[in-house]
Amino acid sequence: MSRAFLGLPGPPPRAPRDTGYLRGQRPFPSAAHAALEDSQQRRNLGKATGTIRDKRARMVEEVPDWERLRSAGAAIKADALARLPELLERFESAVTERGGVVHWARDAVEANEIVTRLVADRGADEVLKVKSMATQEIGLNEHLAAEGISAVETDLAELIVQLGGDRPSHILVPAIHRNRAEIRDIFLREMPGVDPDLDDDPRSLAEQARKYLRAKFMDARVAVSGANFGIADTGTLSVVESEGNGRMCLTMPETLVTVMGIEKLVPSFADLEVFLQLLPRSSTGERMNPYTSMWTGVTAGDGPREFHLVLLDNGRSATLADGVGREALRCIRCSACLNVCPVYERTGGKAYGSTYPGPIGAVLTPQLAGMHETRDDPNASLPYASSLCGACYDVCPVKIDIPSLLVELRHQHVERSRYTAEAAMMRAASLAMSSATRFTKAQRASRLGRVLGGSDGRITALPPPFAAWTSARDLPVPPRETFREWWESEQGRAAMARARREAERGEW
Amino acid sequence: MVNARDVVLGRVREALAAAPPRPVEIPRDYRRERGLSDQRRLDMVVDRLTEYGAGVYRCRAEETATTVAAALSDARRIVVPPGLDRSWLAEFSGSVEVDSGEFSVRALDEVDGVLTSSAVTCAETGTVFLDASSDQGRRALTLVPDLHVCVVELSSVVAGIPEAVAELEPTRPITMISGPSATSDIELDRVEGVHGPRTLRVVVRVDR
Ligand code: SF4
Repeated sequence: MSRAFLGLPGPPPRAPRDTGYLRGQRPFPSAAHAALEDSQQRRNLGKATGTIRDKRARMVEEVPDWERLRSAGAAIKADALARLPELLERFESAVTERGGVVHWARDAVEANEIVTRLVADRGADEVLKVKSMATQEIGLNEHLAAEGISAVETDLAELIVQLGGDRPSHILVPAIHRNRAEIRDIFLREMPGVDPDLDDDPRSLAEQARKYLRAKFMDARVAVSGANFGIADTGTLSVVESEGNGRMCLTMPETLVTVMGIEKLVPSFADLEVFLQLLPRSSTGERMNPYTSMWTGVTAGDGPREFHLVLLDNGRSATLADGVGREALRCIRCSACLNVCPVYERTGGKAYGSTYPGPIGAVLTPQLAGMHETRDDPNASLPYASSLCGACYDVCPVKIDIPSLLVELRHQHVERSRYTAEAAMMRAASLAMSSATRFTKAQRASRLGRVLGGSDGRITALPPPFAAWTSARDLPVPPRETFREWWESEQGRAAMARARREAERGEW
Repeated sequence: MVNARDVVLGRVREALAAAPPRPVEIPRDYRRERGLSDQRRLDMVVDRLTEYGAGVYRCRAEETATTVAAALSDARRIVVPPGLDRSWLAEFSGSVEVDSGEFSVRALDEVDGVLTSSAVTCAETGTVFLDASSDQGRRALTLVPDLHVCVVELSSVVAGIPEAVAELEPTRPITMISGPSATSDIELDRVEGVHGPRTLRVVVRVDR
């Protein structure tokens, strides 16, 4: 464990509790339960994840050095995190030298204030936005709205979500829970100047969005973007996209404000040669996405005259402080782990209550925003929102061992929630799971360790002490045969016996 | 008062001190230099561009003007960057305006198309890289008009992404283009042409 901060003023703080979207309203099991009842959403999601999964598999298949690229990608990110202070300083001076202005934000509150001030000082009451998870994480749109500034999402899916007064359900295709008829209705209801005869052909819907946004792009004064990568050596930023709304936002306005998490840095420009191969194939299952933009500071006569970069902590340094959990900061947000996750496929993204759903969300969200000791903190339930089947690890382009991180977080949660009845059960689960992971590591995430067994989206009875815990929950999970095998193995029995003994001694 | 910069950097340093990371070796044994023949690179890039829905025109250097005219056949008024080789337009019968920085974006929205050169192209992914040189122009030029005709020299087509990235000057504004703009946001149905040019045509010059 790596939670000793001897001689230091204390661990870095987590993201603040009441600003932004890193915590749901209710624990995962009950949120998931509601999602499971929505059969339309389940069908849409099933179709989407299945399609992207197959495309990804085909695209990865044709790259003979895929595994070597993954190893390089993982190492580049790990190296960047290991040298983060030095790289951040280098990045800051490179951006500054090229005419950019760098701002630092300790948390969501500070980042929102910085962006709002930049927009207000330029006299703008509207900003254009290009899909950025960081600004969603900090709740920027809501904060701007409270200050009288409207933020217009320009990514088609984000626009659908925004006009529908909704939350995104998928990192990559946020409106995947809406079908064409629903989208048409949303446009007719909410889009100013909409053609009243609009039909629900995706072509017509995209054309309508093009018309609506084009007028806005032409007059854009301020745009806010995220960034997929920041290059420490050169101060270059990069946005990877499909529709061209990113290019519009990065090119047309007078002022560009980019909000970037501090973990998005890679050391050198040449490192892009790895990520520009890993990301599109893992993400949309394409050899390359239609458009990628790169820019460094400001360029005379080309694009925005002013460039501001907001470097965001918001729980990232707290995540970095955990020697195990920091691995999650390597994530390049490709969403491949979502598309292969049997739990995500059934519950959808909203059940996770966070900007970051799915397997990566289950490990990143509790680390960014913390898991509180109270038994009903939704984030404390996230590490359990997995069957530990290991599919997420297999597809991750930067080799994040999500199953092991989940087990580690379960363990941490249990450590902190001693003395409650639930903690007792969770601790037993956790102990069992730790052994399971060791075993899993040997067998590389075979379908083992399905503590939350059941075969058809329903929990069936499990042996004590899990029984009490699982009976309160109704999680969709794949079959648990392999867990049972482990359970009946000598190792499994020993782990459980140990857990019971500790329980009897009242050690937890 | 401590500023946010020092606080964040301080936290990051403490975080690493709390659990010191091991130094990392980066394995660079992935494919970086692939010497594919001209024919292989040509076949590959044509295949990829076609798959993306881009129009592809092959020509020899002396056929450039006629090929460009064919690629621009449905455009009456086009705009070109200041450094473009004007001989490419010898056979084009429409009107040509040269982008001065004064050309407003609304004016760009009025023209039918834009003709540019390109910096480097990756065959394996069918990706054309623009770097805002004087024969490619500022970024708005290749973004706002609805038709983009782009001339690619086969000698500037490289096999893979590492070879292409190595050709770039990082601090220039760079745009990577792999087919026309597209979205799959509605029920995963692919729709081509959202905000970028809805038509992309690539003229590949096989010699020079
Ligand atoms: S954890 Fe890996 S697979 Fe999941 S989104 Fe991040 S990079 Fe992609």
